[in-house]
Amino acid sequence: MNLRRDVFQAIADPTRRAILLLVASQSLTAGAIASNFDTARPTVSKHLQILTECELLKQEQNGREIFYHINAKKMREVADFIEPFRQMWDDRFNKLETIMKAYKNQQHGTENKD
Amino acid sequence: MELKTKIKAENGQQDLVITRDFDLPLELLFKAYEDPEIVAQWMGTKVLKLENKKHGSWQFETSDGKGNVVFKANGAIHEFIPNQKITRTFEMENAPFGVQLELLKFERLTDSTSRLTIHSIYESGELRDQMLKLPFAQGINMAHNRLQEIVSKLK
Repeated sequence: MNLRRDVFQAIADPTRRAILLLVASQSLTAGAIASNFDTARPTVSKHLQILTECELLKQEQNGREIFYHINAKKMREVADFIEPFRQMWDDRFNKLETIMKAYKNQQHGTENKD
Repeated sequence: MELKTKIKAENGQQDLVITRDFDLPLELLFKAYEDPEIVAQWMGTKVLKLENKKHGSWQFETSDGKGNVVFKANGAIHEFIPNQKITRTFEMENAPFGVQLELLKFERLTDSTSRLTIHSIYESGELRDQMLKLPFAQGINMAHNRLQEIVSKLK
């Protein structure tokens, strides 16, 4: 299963937010973006890939180089106030599911011992 | 990709519907709502009272790391039908959101999966939107603080 790439997962990471800030003012190549960070180049590439997959960044071919620029339309989705509410419940329900699965295994464990 | 937890909150309405499909048998899903100790675990709150019966009531209280109470909520239980339905009210104490009516429906999908549907009705559409914005406002504050941290490091 591929990870769901939504904007809130994307901006939860500090490096990715920093990338968005950088690219907000001008289109940049992956190399130019990476030069702003101490992080290894492949790590920055991974961040760019995630930001592109969730459509916060767009790629633009310019000659031999690929420039990244911000997708304003998608950025506005971050301002959608229902999404954090949904995520809050999603987190709670994920926790519920994990706890109950452990609970079920525990019950089975005791049954087996009998 | 299909989201596991869905929220339906139409513009201008005073209610909302939360739907979630669980990879759990119906009985286990219901138990997570019935057993006070389990409720405390997944809701991350202290359960002071949970009377699962008609005319019963419930009370939750959450404290921060220093022991200060940061969240208090209570309500009355109107209907409690195991593995089917809970009807209850929800009121956050010391908050201007009024009382909500919550209708929780529990359904079996397969032997190992189940669905929970929560229909919450607010006193007004405005109050509903204010409540919806709570986690949004907290998230924005957190994101903002962290952004400032990053920007100051970049300089």
